[in-house]
Amino acid sequence: MSNTKLTRRGLIKTGAVAGAAGLALPTYLRADGHAGFLNAPTGDTVTLGFNVPQSGPYADEGADELRAYELAVEHLNGEGDGGLMNTFTSKALQGNGILGKKVEYVTGDTQTKSDAARASAKSMIEKDGAIMITGGSSSGVAVAVQALCQEAGVIFMAGLTHSNDTTGKDRRANGFRHFFNSYMSGAALAPVLQNAYGSDRKAYHLTADYNWGYTTEEAVRTSTEAMGWETVNTVLTPLTQTDFSSYIAPVLQSGADVLVLNHYGGNMVNSLTNAVQFGLRDKQVNGKNFEIVVPLYSRLMAKGAGANVKGIFGSTNWHWSLQDEGSKAFVQSFGTKYGFPPSQAAHTCYVQALLYADAVERAGSFNPCAVVEALEGFEFDGMGNGPTLYRAEDHQCFKDVLVVKGKENPTSEFDLLEIVEVTPVEQVTYAPDHPQFAGGSLGTCNPGA
Amino acid sequence: MDAIILQILNGLDKGSAYALIALGLTLIFGTLGVVNFAHGALFMIGAFCAVTLSRILTISHTVIDETKTDFLGNPLKVDVPYLYDIFGQATGDVIIDWAVPISILFAIPVMVGIGFAMERGLIKHFYKRPHADQILVTFGLAIVLQEIIKYFYGANPIPTPAPDAFRGSFDFGAMLGFDPNTIIYPYWRLVYFAFAAVIIGAVFAFLQFTTFGMVVRAGMADRETVGLLGINIDKRFTIMFGIAAAVAGLAGVMYTPINSPNYHMGMDFLVLSFVVVVVGGMGSLSGAVLAGFLLGILESFASMAIVLETLPGINQIIIYLVAIIILLTRPRGLMGRKGVMED
Repeated sequence: MSNTKLTRRGLIKTGAVAGAAGLALPTYLRADGHAGFLNAPTGDTVTLGFNVPQSGPYADEGADELRAYELAVEHLNGEGDGGLMNTFTSKALQGNGILGKKVEYVTGDTQTKSDAARASAKSMIEKDGAIMITGGSSSGVAVAVQALCQEAGVIFMAGLTHSNDTTGKDRRANGFRHFFNSYMSGAALAPVLQNAYGSDRKAYHLTADYNWGYTTEEAVRTSTEAMGWETVNTVLTPLTQTDFSSYIAPVLQSGADVLVLNHYGGNMVNSLTNAVQFGLRDKQVNGKNFEIVVPLYSRLMAKGAGANVKGIFGSTNWHWSLQDEGSKAFVQSFGTKYGFPPSQAAHTCYVQALLYADAVERAGSFNPCAVVEALEGFEFDGMGNGPTLYRAEDHQCFKDVLVVKGKENPTSEFDLLEIVEVTPVEQVTYAPDHPQFAGGSLGTCNPGA
Repeated sequence: MDAIILQILNGLDKGSAYALIALGLTLIFGTLGVVNFAHGALFMIGAFCAVTLSRILTISHTVIDETKTDFLGNPLKVDVPYLYDIFGQATGDVIIDWAVPISILFAIPVMVGIGFAMERGLIKHFYKRPHADQILVTFGLAIVLQEIIKYFYGANPIPTPAPDAFRGSFDFGAMLGFDPNTIIYPYWRLVYFAFAAVIIGAVFAFLQFTTFGMVVRAGMADRETVGLLGINIDKRFTIMFGIAAAVAGLAGVMYTPINSPNYHMGMDFLVLSFVVVVVGGMGSLSGAVLAGFLLGILESFASMAIVLETLPGINQIIIYLVAIIILLTRPRGLMGRKGVMED
């Protein structure tokens, strides 16, 4: 039996010391580590919010993202074959949910519109109690939802977003990007293009008239000019453009011998199809074969362009034909469940879900500030891209980048791209204050409550 | 000079598509008095007729190729079209290669049927309703139709190439004495322009030189009087709706090699086609065709780098700017007649 005698003075003293200690500690290290932040899970489940395009032009890519998230949830909850959890170098995840809480999820439809994406993310945070938002297939959406998650106080694990700005001028403490970016595409592509087409080339850029287009054009132009190419002209094309003939027809007259299509999605499919129709690739200009380059490739989009992608260089974040253990495990797991290989969008989304869960496990808390701390500077491997760093300064993943080419003789509808080179991470790494990423600041993490 | 010729050529195929869609739109408006916002969807469905026929022609059975493996390491399943079994691989390949032109035969009955179903099933109930109601119901129908297509065919564009014989481009520059490669133009776009010219000519000839066409024209001018003469003008107008649907559908079929079709391609053309109809003059068939080509060519010129340097963004507003100017100076459009939509 305890003989402790509480006095009023003693109680005040103890309380003051405990209070001071408590205030000095970060919220997530306090005894009430599961409180003091927005949407702290209270029961035996935790809810994640998957915000992907379920309608609109990128709906197929969104569907693949959702498949990947469903697979990730299965694996986190200990179902299925475990997928990349078997190859991931961090062994914090046990297949018993996250911190012992079963993972549940809600979905939102971004419609690939910033306002719709923000509304669906807001609804998942406020109504469904989502502790983390992830997904998306556009940089405009990623930047908008990332800002919303920062204001709300939840973590945002970006899906497919390639603009420099997501981890450049629009970076946020609560936001993280696994996908590569425009700078990395330019840095990886330039040496391959130099090898294939030489240093004396004249490039003509057609660029989608929005944020991603600008950063991609700048990145590719800077990298190619550095190796001796001349940029003859850059023309902005409206995002809503469907027929690019009037933009492509004057290309040959300009004296250019390379056309760079800074287009994605439907724009890419149409501009590439139109360029091939005009027979650009059959022409000789300046005594050289005319060439076309597509800086950002997506297998799902390449499918829309059909045989027109053959022999055309581009870059990609990941491809199912990679032969490392992580990629093989993911392809096996995804392919067995769905009957076809995963896209790069599916891969990055799956990895982001696991990285978030792992960070929570390692931090021992769902508190966003604890997760931020666990992810910053985190080094890992076994997720399909080789050794990877989540850089603390900008929350961008640094890993190898793939340069790919449209395959000449595909064996199936999925076998459209072949890997030409795995560009080592050192070649695509840049300083956090690089001019293409200038003007942004992470700020401080926001736990929301 | 070469740049100007090039942009005129460019404008022709774009103008062909605008003209074909606008022709159908103005036919429906002129006969039935209905503002049909689902007309772009008919263009899209036409394109998907080509996709559907391509898929029908490539219906396959699976053969296991033990020498190759799929992405999971299992023996590769190879799809062999039944056409190969029936006609042999060489002939089968030719038929599949010509899927888009063959789709014309497939699309005509399908589109006429869809046109009849739309008119009899929905639109006839809105003849006496205000134009705003007609716009709302047809716009709603367009959304429903595109969502149905998306459900079955997905959201991504589906490549539907032209026959091999029409791939590549023709060097007009060399023919006209310019340097090689200065004026090149894809063969299929020339085919599209020629096809559009034939269809437009056929519609005009049908209306001008047949008894049926004469009755329809009379009905467009004075519906009541034609009815009083004991002619069932409604039936003829329904047939005209079917024809207009077929024209839009054929425009869509032949457009598929130019841009891979997707479920919202109709909406991309719809608004522009309405502008074309208004600029051409409501209910005027020749006005629709003229305005279609005019706006197509103007849009091409506005996309030239030299124009964009002088007037940034002009490519996005040129059509609407021209529409405003024409409507201010000629309120009935280029070839609009007095009394149409002025009651």
